[in-house]
Amino acid sequence: MNNKLTELLKHKPQNLLNIFFTAGYPQLEDTTTLLSALENAKVDLVEIGIPFSDPLADGPTIQESSKIALENGMSIEKLFSQLENHTPIVPVLLMGYLNPVMQYGLEKFCKKCQEVGVDGLIVPDLPMYVYQTEFKEIFEKYNISNIFLVTPQTSEKRIREIDDNSNGFIYAVSSASTTGSKTDFSAAADYLGKLKEMDLKTPILTGFNIKNQQNFQDACKYVNGAIIGSEFIRQITNVDDISQAAASFVSSIK
Amino acid sequence: MDGLPDYVIACVGGGSNAMGAFYHFLDDKEVKLIGVEAAGLGVDTDKTAATLTLGTPGVLHASRSIMMQDKDGQVVEPHSISAGLDYPGIGPAHAWLKVSDRAQYMAVTDANALIAAVECSRLEGIIPALETAHAFSVLKDLDLKPTDRVVINLSGRGDKDMNTYMEELNLNAL
Repeated sequence: MNNKLTELLKHKPQNLLNIFFTAGYPQLEDTTTLLSALENAKVDLVEIGIPFSDPLADGPTIQESSKIALENGMSIEKLFSQLENHTPIVPVLLMGYLNPVMQYGLEKFCKKCQEVGVDGLIVPDLPMYVYQTEFKEIFEKYNISNIFLVTPQTSEKRIREIDDNSNGFIYAVSSASTTGSKTDFSAAADYLGKLKEMDLKTPILTGFNIKNQQNFQDACKYVNGAIIGSEFIRQITNVDDISQAAASFVSSIK
Repeated sequence: MDGLPDYVIACVGGGSNAMGAFYHFLDDKEVKLIGVEAAGLGVDTDKTAATLTLGTPGVLHASRSIMMQDKDGQVVEPHSISAGLDYPGIGPAHAWLKVSDRAQYMAVTDANALIAAVECSRLEGIIPALETAHAFSVLKDLDLKPTDRVVINLSGRGDKDMNTYMEELNLNAL
């Protein structure tokens, strides 16, 4: 099966909008409803969060959505059974922490990802050397891209190493903090500018601060696109029609 | 005191104080190292923090170690009367010391920790922290000889726990 992510990124397109939401939030069965709504709204790619009890890279908004999703009964098993009934038309990434994936079984997990049309994984607590020595072969066997994160503290040497080991995009965290923080985006501009100057072979998407069209356009001046998570979660919280809320948010950005 | 102790005993939450106590004796195989976890209401209940007794391998807070988790790999909330032992993971060095049999790990309930705290206070005139009280509690469970030299890491003072002691031991009425 083709990897929709590498296909999309082949010619390093610009202005890519990646929307993140948490599986099983606000209601357990909302996962594919939101996925369809985002596809219809023509986002470029979608990132689905696997809820974890200790989401250490996430800020309060996504933490809360994870907590509710777990209370709703979301699990990896459940997520795969939901995705089995949906044929994705845009690249789909799963973002999750290492432990639930380990307990599910890495190979079984990657195999399932391929079966349901997941193209890439973002596992923030998966160290690069563990990926290289234990995971890479399995990811490649099932044609799954692995997405690494870089922050303003990542050294140039390591960024180049990540560039060499990436087969999707590089996720540039725009500040050294958790998701959804309120820091001014302009602080990230210097850093994104430096990344741009490095002229990496892997496309870059940036996240962790993008809330509106202005932020999105600012980010796209430097990198290939941006990821919106916390703000999107806020937009679909306490609304009557999540599909409509999703569509109108996407149209406000792009 | 010349020579090596026969036992070094320390309480274990995440494991830092015990690691500090064990570290210098790791290569002295004749020194028995004993880590004491919080059993909470008991290791057969769901109100416990006995990670090494009940946990399974996993990754928590960026360490691959032993942790308390459910079948989906979600962290199980621990319980202990002492805040310092109330942790669902364990430093990976302790997980290694356990599986390699270099150290032994025991679990002590909230109730037995309180009894040990009272005994230590009365016999030694030292009010131990609730965490440390867990370490004292295992003395009666070890098959000690009169000549054994036992070092207990008295890792904290009980001043901070006076409210809990007063409440749990019904001392407020005094």
